[in-house]
Amino acid sequence: MPQPIDQFAARLPADKRASVYQSTKTTHEKRTRLLFDQFGDPDRLRRLAGDIKQHAIENLDTYLPQVEQRLRASGAQVHWASTGQAACEAVLRIMRDRGATRMVKAKTMVSEEIELAHFLEGHGLEAVETDLGEFIVQIDDDHPSHIVRPIIHKNRREIATSFEREGLGAYNDDPATITRRARHHLRHKYLAADVGLTGANFVSAESGRVVLVTNEGNSRFCLAATRCHIVLVGIEKIVPRDRDLAVLLNLLGRSGTAQDLTVYTEFIGGPRRVGQPDGPEEMHVIFVDNGRTEVLASDCREILRCIRCGACLNVCPIYRQASGHAYRSVYPGPVGAVLSPLLMGERFPQKADLPKASSLCGACHEVCPVNIPIPDLLLRLRARAKEENVPSPGSPPMGPWALIAAQPAAWKAALAGGRIINHLPVKLIPVPALQAWAAKRSLPEWRGGEFRKWMKARQRPSA
Amino acid sequence: MLNAERAPVTGRKVQLMATCLCDAFYDDVAAATVEVLEHLGVEVVFPEGQTCCGQPAFNGGDWAASRKVVRHTVRTFAGEDPVVIPSASCAAMLFHGAVLEFEREADAAEVSALGRRTWELADFIVNGLGVKTWPGRYEARVALHRSCHSRGTETVPAAQALLGSIAGLSLVEFGEAEQCCGFGGTFAVTFPHLSSAMGELKLEHVRAVAPDEYVSPDMSCMMHLGGLAQAEGKPIRARHLAQVLRDALKGGPRS
Ligand code: SF4
Repeated sequence: MPQPIDQFAARLPADKRASVYQSTKTTHEKRTRLLFDQFGDPDRLRRLAGDIKQHAIENLDTYLPQVEQRLRASGAQVHWASTGQAACEAVLRIMRDRGATRMVKAKTMVSEEIELAHFLEGHGLEAVETDLGEFIVQIDDDHPSHIVRPIIHKNRREIATSFEREGLGAYNDDPATITRRARHHLRHKYLAADVGLTGANFVSAESGRVVLVTNEGNSRFCLAATRCHIVLVGIEKIVPRDRDLAVLLNLLGRSGTAQDLTVYTEFIGGPRRVGQPDGPEEMHVIFVDNGRTEVLASDCREILRCIRCGACLNVCPIYRQASGHAYRSVYPGPVGAVLSPLLMGERFPQKADLPKASSLCGACHEVCPVNIPIPDLLLRLRARAKEENVPSPGSPPMGPWALIAAQPAAWKAALAGGRIINHLPVKLIPVPALQAWAAKRSLPEWRGGEFRKWMKARQRPSA
Repeated sequence: MLNAERAPVTGRKVQLMATCLCDAFYDDVAAATVEVLEHLGVEVVFPEGQTCCGQPAFNGGDWAASRKVVRHTVRTFAGEDPVVIPSASCAAMLFHGAVLEFEREADAAEVSALGRRTWELADFIVNGLGVKTWPGRYEARVALHRSCHSRGTETVPAAQALLGSIAGLSLVEFGEAEQCCGFGGTFAVTFPHLSSAMGELKLEHVRAVAPDEYVSPDMSCMMHLGGLAQAEGKPIRARHLAQVLRDALKGGPRS
């Protein structure tokens, strides 16, 4: 029985696979050209960025109190949420306190992680996604399939159909028309909203600045007409100093979307001050843990360096074949194969198959702007799954093999015995791994022990 | 990056780890490795007790089983001489993977020590011995496979330098060379659809430039790609780097 991701990939319609493959390949190739054209040694930059983030996550006990103090000094209110539920409730409280009923949201992965929009809707509040991709995901009641490009799995004909269904105009699949219609629709939402919610790509412990990058400018609109700004941010997004941003921002745009810099980079230093003409009068920053301190305590803590650029998804041969939904998680691809099972906490076994969906080719590690050794982490999680006795469909048992491979006499006997595959049709040999191999590939001739004979004969004359 | 720091090579004697695949299927690759090293004046010792590098269980998450095999390998390849392997993957297992799974073991130091004298063949020739060019003649258009476990090591540049210097041999580039072929050890059998889809893509790219031979530092990838191509009835001529180096000394490709 193949693993769930393999089955999903086998069922994925060819046109979806083709569009995921094309756009990830294009972005990856552009990213690589850009980095190598512009930097003498981009790998050194990636290592530096990795060191900065590693230092930050290992010293959160210093930086989190520091950032809280800076934020409060600038007039923002700080909240700590240990779970997703607590974070949702914090948002709800802030809205209720203000008598707010309508929220406009910029794109934030952590809000997907804690399913904030559904939670608020369940409490009778409106939460509208304003990033075009996320907006389409929302009206389709779908899930994002890429952390930077949530609708990488959809084509414009599907989008035009959804727009028509939602009453946003007669069917028209021209991208400019789709964008114009979404803008028009969302403009009213921005004006009517009481609260604007954004994520944060980075928060500087030194200055308390919240840094946000977008390409559509929707996060600015979210804050333009609303009185209250809520920032939802994972605790791992802290960077020690403002100047660290020079390294990280230079890598983020290039790695994620092959841009020198995203179109909008906002530095938010607190709510509106006296004398400032506009901006929200109230600002709340909610730091979300939701399993992160557990990850920090594990042997996979490097994954918390992640800046959510999506480069590892784009380069990943598995992601390209399977697309994001195959991972059954908010975070797909290589980063998701590590992070998603970790964030499950005790329910780790439910996603213990994700780290297996990798040929361990290492392409993800090679592109990661913060140099996360993703294959090593996948391997550690496989070891954890084995230790916790999580069943793994289709995986050949390794115990008997290890017994043979640790005893030369047994090994030599196996080398001789393997010849059976030359003489018997594979179908008659009841070894599932062999069958799976032979379903699409022919086997080479078994020549067990031949080299040893050759070597002996060669050594004899001189002996 | 990989734990790939290596002790400088001083002597002219090495221990050959043939790999389980050469032991079982590709005896000519192991033989070619011996001949290539001997051509360079290197004495090759083959420890009879050798089995496998331990990677299958390591990748499968059964680290206890893998460590058993690695411990056996450490004992089998005792001494100070470099260990040369005609496989980037098995070499990386010893200088990186094994180190990872022994992090919290009492004998971690012995495992790291073995890793520091373990070399993939092309890397050993170029960076261990300092031999940068290859003599002989080999009339062929050759595409070089980038086996994934050579990432972060000197194997690919070393193989390019050696192949590129052989008279008559021309290296041809192909699309998405850095993408995985889909072998991945047990991945090939637990994710059969993904594995073969990745393999097809690789074959498409390689076939598009129609090389005479597809040459790899690893037989594992070739077993998968060659097997796919064969089963389709459109075989490719897949060879190991060691075979090309040896045959260049003998005047060219074997028929
Ligand atoms: S793991 Fe690295 S490459 Fe992947 S999304 Fe995170 S930062 Fe980007």
